[in-house]
Amino acid sequence: MIETIVIPLLKIAVLLNAVLVSVTFMTLLERKVIAWAQSRLGPMRVGPYGVLQAIADPIKLILKEDITPVKADRMMFTLAPIISLVPALVVFAVVPFGGDELFYITDINVGLLFIISVTSIGVYGIILAGWASNSKYPLLASLRASAQLISYEIAVTMTLVSVILTAGTLSMVGIVQAQQDSGLWYGFVQPVAFVLVLIGGLAETNRAPFDMPEAEQELTGGFHTEYSGMRFALFFLAEYANMIVISAVVTVLFWGGWLRPFPSIDALAFLDLIPSWIWFFGKMFVFLYLFIWIRATLPRYRYDQLMRLGWKVLIPIAIGNIVVTGIAKVVL
Amino acid sequence: MATEASPIFDTDELVINMGPQHPSTHGVLRIVLKLDGERVIDADVVIGYIHRGIEKLSENRDWTQIILLTDRMDYVAAATNNLGYCETVEKLMEIEVPRRARYIRTVLAELQRIASHCLWLGTHAMDVGAMTVFLYAFRERELILDLFEDYCGARLTYNSMRIGGLPLDIPTGWDNKVRAFCDLMESKIPEYEELLTNNRIWLERTRGVGVISGEDAVGLGLCGPPLRGSGVYRDVRKDEPYAAYDEFEFDVPLGTNGDTYDRYLIRLEEFKQSIRIIRQGLDGMPEGPVMGKVPRLIKPKAGETYHAIESPKGELGYFIVSDGRATNPYRFRVRPPSFCNLQGLRPLIVGHLVADVVTLIGTIDVVLGEVDR
Repeated sequence: MIETIVIPLLKIAVLLNAVLVSVTFMTLLERKVIAWAQSRLGPMRVGPYGVLQAIADPIKLILKEDITPVKADRMMFTLAPIISLVPALVVFAVVPFGGDELFYITDINVGLLFIISVTSIGVYGIILAGWASNSKYPLLASLRASAQLISYEIAVTMTLVSVILTAGTLSMVGIVQAQQDSGLWYGFVQPVAFVLVLIGGLAETNRAPFDMPEAEQELTGGFHTEYSGMRFALFFLAEYANMIVISAVVTVLFWGGWLRPFPSIDALAFLDLIPSWIWFFGKMFVFLYLFIWIRATLPRYRYDQLMRLGWKVLIPIAIGNIVVTGIAKVVL
Repeated sequence: MATEASPIFDTDELVINMGPQHPSTHGVLRIVLKLDGERVIDADVVIGYIHRGIEKLSENRDWTQIILLTDRMDYVAAATNNLGYCETVEKLMEIEVPRRARYIRTVLAELQRIASHCLWLGTHAMDVGAMTVFLYAFRERELILDLFEDYCGARLTYNSMRIGGLPLDIPTGWDNKVRAFCDLMESKIPEYEELLTNNRIWLERTRGVGVISGEDAVGLGLCGPPLRGSGVYRDVRKDEPYAAYDEFEFDVPLGTNGDTYDRYLIRLEEFKQSIRIIRQGLDGMPEGPVMGKVPRLIKPKAGETYHAIESPKGELGYFIVSDGRATNPYRFRVRPPSFCNLQGLRPLIVGHLVADVVTLIGTIDVVLGEVDR
């Protein structure tokens, strides 16, 4: 009873809160990092160095008037942000934050497949939001989101196949253990796949340079043009939760999850003194920082260019990678 | 470009209203886009949202009062507007401007060009999605505004020139501040280039986008960087030198492809040329008065004149008619570069995607205050 219900529920409660709180601080981090990149200070007014901005922002969003346009499809309009957010949170169920069983909710034997399928539901939220708003700019944004989805999703999924081939398992914990056994992070074994998943991850989370669906300068905010208040906040939460998901997935697949660097070299064994979850969060933070850094640096792709990139570059490379991995697997 | 109506799938054209409230329309421009998917098949550029009747207003003002009004046309390059107007009236009245005043005017105009190009670079990059460049460019523009504040006390609408010269000599130490700024600016241009010039995404977004041939550019009456981007040599500073430009050495950068990327490169090069002109101006600054001999009552004799200068956006011309009796112009007409360049917008954007529309609004560098007047 306690083993099967109470402890998992407790874990879920802790994890949900942790994710949602870290999302609010992610927004602060993003504003701060971008500000530093642009030689300014970022939020400085609320609390010391603007730390409390992370709390002020959600309060502001909750207190704002929540407007539904007259011509919007009311049900879908409300449902869309929820569809967007829930998958982003559900995925955390299979992410192992540490080596011990305490640090993950569950380890299912098709963990990676679960992540791929659940995260692709999230984009329906964006498509529905654009459609239900019954407004022209959001409609264009939702069309872009659909085009974007089919361009990167196939490439990313195919790339993951090569990782699965290498690890011989779909379980997230299993993949990390396989890296422990082989003594190498898969980032070194599968460098091409690493880069592809990182690019695909940017597209998946609608982050710059692939933020076409919300392109403020073109579509005045894109799919969330008509949203305000808490419903807008849900989209916001979803975007940042997705960023954390992608960082976690990339960490697990390519940077050895909770493992220390070079797990096979005994001379570095003193690094094991650092708890496994700190390694995990440290690596995740690197990717989150990278996402923000990219946003501060790069211009935006045009959506036909993303489609060209997806279909003509990423997918052929992904297929080639599978073939090479397969041959290597048989030969070695 | 028109799609044939399929018997099964009926495709509708989507008419979308971009602006006047839109983050990328640089003020209050409205573009009615007819879209097939995201491709623009027709566009209607609507202007007039910031019309203040400056031309008509000027016909009821003193000759000196009009300088104030010219500030408010191209409000990101007020000093060049002042310069154009003052020179036109001087030409009409045949007033000789002291050499020192002409030098200072040139320095001010070139500083203004850098400031205006900074604003253009920032917003243009922002439209394409690179937001850091925006902050970088505005950081340097701020320093120019400080220099102008030191000179005349204002930061946006300077009213910094008078008919016959300048109201003020440059303050002590100002030239050294400008020199320091030139050095700084020179070290900052590589920062912009690093973020954009060889950036793969920037290249994809700007190369081959909004191509216009030199012939078409002339036909449309484009001027300034959009014209030079297509490889047409036309710079009023060289062709019909005014102020002290005939005494300075500088190059006029020309493009070859006439696309957005070339126009970007040209403006970046103009930063460097402007710095070159400013340095020459400061080094060769003659001594003497800054105000010429001007009658107490400015009342040109009957006649008309047209005079053009090269504003940051292109050829800024003033056509003024005086009837010789009143202390205000009989007819006051401005040929604003933004207005003429805006003519080129429709041919540029038709056939491109929505994402390119904002890029192309950025690349022709319009200021709506000048378009509508």
